[in-house]
Amino acid sequence: MEINLGGNYEPGLGNTPADSIFDKVLPNAVTCKSKELFALARKSSLWTLSFGLACCAIEMISTHMSHHDLDRFGVVTWPSPRQADVMIVAGTVVKKMAEPIKLLYEQMPDPKWVIAMGSCATNGGPYYKSYSVVMGVDHLIPVDVYVPGCPPRPEALMYGIMQLQEKITKDAKESGRKTSDS
Amino acid sequence: MRIQKNPTDETNSLDLMVNMGPQHPSTHGVFRVVLWIDGERIVKSEPHIGYLHRGSEKLCEDELYSQVITLFDRLDYVSNLNCELAFCMATEKLMDLQIPDRAEYIRVILCELNRIANHMLFYGAYGLDVGAMTPVLYGFRERERIQSLFESVTGARMMHNYIRIGGVKEDLPDNFERRIATLTEQLKRGIEECDDLLSNNEMFLARTKGIGIINGEDALDFGMTGPSLRASGILEDVRISEPYSIYERFNFGIPVGTAGDCYDRYYVRVEEMRQSLSIIEQAVQQMEKGPILANVRRITRPPKGEVYIRTESPRGDFGVYLVSDGSDKPYRVKVRAPSFANLQTLQHLLRDAYVADSVVILGSIDIVLGEVDR
Amino acid sequence: MAEKLQTPNNNPKRPRRPPEIPTASVKLDEREKALQSLLPQVLVDFEFETVLAVDEVIISIKPQDLPAICKVVKDDDDLNLGYLRCISVVDYIEYLEAVYHLFSLKKRHKLVIKVQLPTESPHLPSVVSIWRGADWFEREGHDLFGVVFDGHPNLVPLVLYEGFNGNPGLKSFPFHDYKEW
Repeated sequence: MEINLGGNYEPGLGNTPADSIFDKVLPNAVTCKSKELFALARKSSLWTLSFGLACCAIEMISTHMSHHDLDRFGVVTWPSPRQADVMIVAGTVVKKMAEPIKLLYEQMPDPKWVIAMGSCATNGGPYYKSYSVVMGVDHLIPVDVYVPGCPPRPEALMYGIMQLQEKITKDAKESGRKTSDS
Repeated sequence: MRIQKNPTDETNSLDLMVNMGPQHPSTHGVFRVVLWIDGERIVKSEPHIGYLHRGSEKLCEDELYSQVITLFDRLDYVSNLNCELAFCMATEKLMDLQIPDRAEYIRVILCELNRIANHMLFYGAYGLDVGAMTPVLYGFRERERIQSLFESVTGARMMHNYIRIGGVKEDLPDNFERRIATLTEQLKRGIEECDDLLSNNEMFLARTKGIGIINGEDALDFGMTGPSLRASGILEDVRISEPYSIYERFNFGIPVGTAGDCYDRYYVRVEEMRQSLSIIEQAVQQMEKGPILANVRRITRPPKGEVYIRTESPRGDFGVYLVSDGSDKPYRVKVRAPSFANLQTLQHLLRDAYVADSVVILGSIDIVLGEVDR
Repeated sequence: MAEKLQTPNNNPKRPRRPPEIPTASVKLDEREKALQSLLPQVLVDFEFETVLAVDEVIISIKPQDLPAICKVVKDDDDLNLGYLRCISVVDYIEYLEAVYHLFSLKKRHKLVIKVQLPTESPHLPSVVSIWRGADWFEREGHDLFGVVFDGHPNLVPLVLYEGFNGNPGLKSFPFHDYKEW
């Protein structure tokens, strides 16, 4: 391909060096909003806070393992809340545990998302008559995706994470994100 | 972290208080332990539990007997079938019910498969605690095989709700014999592979041999049971001392350790997996066709009375104390969880241990917070 | 007009009487029978009553005798009940009951010790000095039922959070009133 920067160029005519470079050197450039680009980066590398509380934690661990691999989605489980994007609340939320959950949520830096996994985290689950269970983690922290099941299958959790990825792109497209970086 | 003055130390040194909080990658669930350390040695430790206390025992008083089985599933959420079995056996003993033979064989086969799955999870998690990242993938590969068989038999991967009062819910599928034959072959190879990977590894031996030693009498005084007690040299297995179900018909060995350290607690479990495989093979050979549920009413109303049943769960002695007043809901259900008693030994084991060994010791006791807190 | 069908439910000549509640049948095996015959000889100095449940021998004792009896049954060579399985507290609305399940590894027999307690301010001596494993069981009984174990080194809440009002194990504690919203 010839790079011809042009002899007589005039701005406004479309044959300035910048235009030529753009047309000839970079034919495959894509333009997009920065928010969408960042959303693409964020959704492809979601680091989850390893926060398994009860039985759903075993299914969450199974999902990370080699049979239903979550690493191919870029999801890596990380113990420190300061370096995590998503908190998957897997298991029953007990009133004694409510304060640590709030502390962990506040320690996570923006942008952050929460997935409530299992029916106990959604609305109390089989323990809805209990004296010491918080009926759903959305009484404490805002939840983005609810994954029902008791416990949800690994495929269900993967679908939940994919729905979260779609939510991240849709929020960026609509630019109405409340915890955006702007 | 808080600094606290040690009153008995004449050198006027200070102890550091470190919190291994409820959210920690290696506390096996929501468990909190506060350590007072002097340099690298732990001076005092204080475990705090209750971060998963869901009130299951009180909830059982308001549910029918068949609904209580679903609550029991979620107690020891890694070996569910054993918990269901304990409760069903307690009710059947109160009612003096005779279970059909085929149901007993199905129960034993599934419980022993559950034992292997549980020990595979222990193997993987213990590898992670010690610092090895590979065993967990191998352990979970075997677990997935067992869970897919469970799915074909009971309908669910984890919370099965399959063992019912009077027998089991449904008969085995038609291809079960073929599947179990291939599964036992695969599991044999899998157990050998897992054993090969970790048990003779030099770093693993250095991290677990001679660490966290507990005496047999001390362990029994604390109420410790299961593989952790057998690693300290005491031969105590519920399947032998108080045989329940049809365990008397099988020929199996009980591995017993000698030193009582972390390595023995780990290796006893690896050997138990092999013994469980032999029980499964014998049971599949001996099983015959027949009914799978005794003649029971839809709503069970056991007679008035109380009973205490214990079963050998993969963690130890799982006991159920059931008090019935003749109605269709239990009057009081008390669960004696093995991890609850085993965890009391943690304070004793962590005295004068290194901080880096605390995770290894905690992992070797093999606790599940669902049954500790209930 | 068709007559109303006379079923057992609405036949006035045969009123429906409440069904009798059966009691579970007792079946003791030889070990338990031998234990039952041994008990009066070993526990000479104490008063106790023996009841038989489904397959267990239950003795009911007074609260103040508890540590002494536990020491005797643990150290005695014939009984040798060295393994404390479980301590439970049951709420029978007029009284509370603490139940101790014991087992012997050598002789393979089991015993149940029951202690009746009043509902207001139930006090019971602790057996932590005899079996160290009773520690957390007693803390849990204190938490959930309000039973105070005298002599326990560290009777703080175990499973409930600090500041929890009431004892949820009691029958008078209500269930959560869940409303769908």
